[in-house]
Order: sequence, then C-alpha cells, then structure tokens
Amino acid sequence: MISYLESSYLEATARERLQRLFDPGSFQEFLPPSARVVSPHLGQLNAPVAFDDGVAVGRAQLAGRTVFVAAQEGGFMGGAVGEVHGAKLVGMLRRAIDEAPDAVLLLLETGGVRLHEANAGLIAVSEVMRAVLDVRAAGIPVIALVGGANGCFGGMGIVARCTNAIVMSEEGRLAMSGPEVIETASGVEEFDARDRALVWRTTGGKHRYLLGDAQALVADSIDAFRAAALAQIDAASSRPVALTLAALEAEHALLTDRYERFGHVREPMELWRAIGVTDPEALPLMEADVFVERVDAVRLGAR
Amino acid sequence: MEHLTYVFKGGTRTLARQADVVGVVGSGNLEVLIESAPLEGDCSIAIATAAEGFGAIWEAVMTDFQARWQLRDARIAINDMGATPAVVSLRLDQAVETMLEAR
Repeated sequence: MISYLESSYLEATARERLQRLFDPGSFQEFLPPSARVVSPHLGQLNAPVAFDDGVAVGRAQLAGRTVFVAAQEGGFMGGAVGEVHGAKLVGMLRRAIDEAPDAVLLLLETGGVRLHEANAGLIAVSEVMRAVLDVRAAGIPVIALVGGANGCFGGMGIVARCTNAIVMSEEGRLAMSGPEVIETASGVEEFDARDRALVWRTTGGKHRYLLGDAQALVADSIDAFRAAALAQIDAASSRPVALTLAALEAEHALLTDRYERFGHVREPMELWRAIGVTDPEALPLMEADVFVERVDAVRLGAR
Repeated sequence: MEHLTYVFKGGTRTLARQADVVGVVGSGNLEVLIESAPLEGDCSIAIATAAEGFGAIWEAVMTDFQARWQLRDARIAINDMGATPAVVSLRLDQAVETMLEAR
C-alpha cells in the first residue's frame, strides 16, 4: 500500500517527482548537483545557493518513450528562475531539438523570475519562451505539469501557456501575477491574498480547466500526472505540434470572447454559472474525476 | 554567510562512486551533496550556512556524524538555510544511506 505522502505530487520534491513519475531509474541528469554550477548572483548578495540552482534537467523514459524533462524545486527560493536556472532550461530545450525525443515535459513549480538576479532572470525567462516555441517548431510536443505548492506564476506562467498542453491538479495554480502581487499593487479590496478559497477559485486547476487554459485536470497523485502526461503526448500527434497562425488566431478569439463575456464578472463562481455549470458552489469539493465528468460538456476551449 | 570546513581522518567506510544530493535549500532546511573522492582516507565536510556564529554546534554535529559512519575518501558539501542540528543530522544520515543503497 502506497501512502498519501509517497503518491502525492504536491508533497514531493522536484527530485522525488523525477524518480517516481518516470520509468524507474531512467532519469539521466544533465549538469547534476556534483557539477556545482551555482548562481553567480546569490553569492554576491551573501545569500545561500543550491548546487542545482533549483532545477534538475535531463532525459528519462516514460512508458518506454524517450522524453526530455525539467523539474523545478519550489522549496528553493520558490522555484524562481535565475540566470543559471534559466540557462539550464534553455540548454535542455535546445538539446531536445538536436536529439529529437518523443516529447519534452516541464514540471513547473515557480514564482517566476528570481528578482535577486533582476535582468539576468528576466532575459532567462524570455529565452525559455523562445526555446519552447523552437522545440514545438521542430515537431516535438512540450507538456507542462503544474501541481506543486508554489503554483506557476509570472513569466513562467506565460511559458506554461506556450506549451502544447498543461496538466494540472486542483491544488496547482497558474497565473501571471500572484495573489500577493495583485494585493500589493491594487489593494486588498481588489484581491484578498489571504482568502485561500478565492485564490484557488481564481488561479487553481479547476478554474483553469473550466476556462480552457489547462487541457487536463487530475487528482493530486504522481500516477495521475504520469497517465495524463502520456495521454497528452499521444494526443499531440493528432494535431499540429508547432504553433500555427491558425492556432494563435483561435486562441486570440477565445480570449477576446472570454473578455467580452466575463470581463465584468467579479467572482469566478459567477463565471462558472455563466458558462453553464448548474451548481457552481459544488465544484470546489468534487474529486477530480467527478469534476471532469461534470464540466466537460461546458468548459471553454475544449478541443 | 559563514563557511566552515571540517576534515576527519581514520574513517573505514567507503561510499559508492556516484554522487548524490538530498534535501532542499529552503527555510530551516539544507541540502547535502555527498560523493566519494580520493582524499587519502579523509572525510571532508564543507558547510555554507546562512546562520552565522554557530561553529561550535556544527563541529559537534559533524563529529557525532563521523563517529556514527566512519567515512573515508568522502567529500560532503552542505548548503544550509538555518536548519536545526536535528535536521542536519537527519539529512546527513539520509545522504549516507542513499549512497550505501546505491552500491
């Protein structure tokens, strides 16, 4: 019997996810911690460094398929992207283009740019975006998994939406500005970052699935993420992997429609009702599989 | 940041070749990078810690650790963000156990 702690994606560290999500013993790391490539900026600020700069990259097998993978460690500076961290992501993505694996999986858990590293971190994130699109242009699908405690925010939220598909758990969160940033910038009347139910209604996996931003919603288990990642890899082969003009225009149409229909809505539950969910107040308490069954007919952006 | 180094001689237990890392550099936590290295029998431990002024406690915890495991030709590096002595000992034991399992 596997305990909750052993099966939970949320509770696992980045390295535990790599060990448990992929075929046993298959993960081969590029630039492992023993290489000691650490942030050059944090030391100057007299701050602790990590030997992997908060991300592990490499290749692995997923049910026999060869995949390239990155896993961000939310426990180190909230998974934030510094210069080395970003360079590792970009290097892995560029190597994927050379070696043509079956897919690239991004296990994202991050607050976005590591502000200690300022411009170097911002540039790194923009390079990651470009590299993701280059991988897709090479015909290799990129799948993002979002289910860590720190969510996926800032520039890395944009990176997630540059992929072919996003798999989320209910506990996962995805957005541009995080709750505290919105509250700080616009006031607690605009957004109360301490209202955890509101935070999850606004950024959580179920809301993202209902809006069509996430393509799969799974329970918080490593096995469920594994199965969903496999399904998304297989589904990717039936659609254009590269970002096409038609896909971009369809996405813009979806966003325009969303803004026109729901731009005035103040509360996510109102939006859920407006798209046709008859009992929106019941959604937050539903198990993932029941939820998916209930909303699949009405969720936006279903392809 | 404070940097501390301890070198222990006379250990008897060698480790698997492969390097391993356990733990995460988060608040009250630390990461331990452990690897076997040709150090003429020494066990070398290098610590970078955000909590300054605790050298005496680190020395006691490291001495206890080496007394438990008697490592030789081992290099250990620690990035610490204010872990308590109990957490430090736990992570060090995890690191050694991971290396012994890999053999």
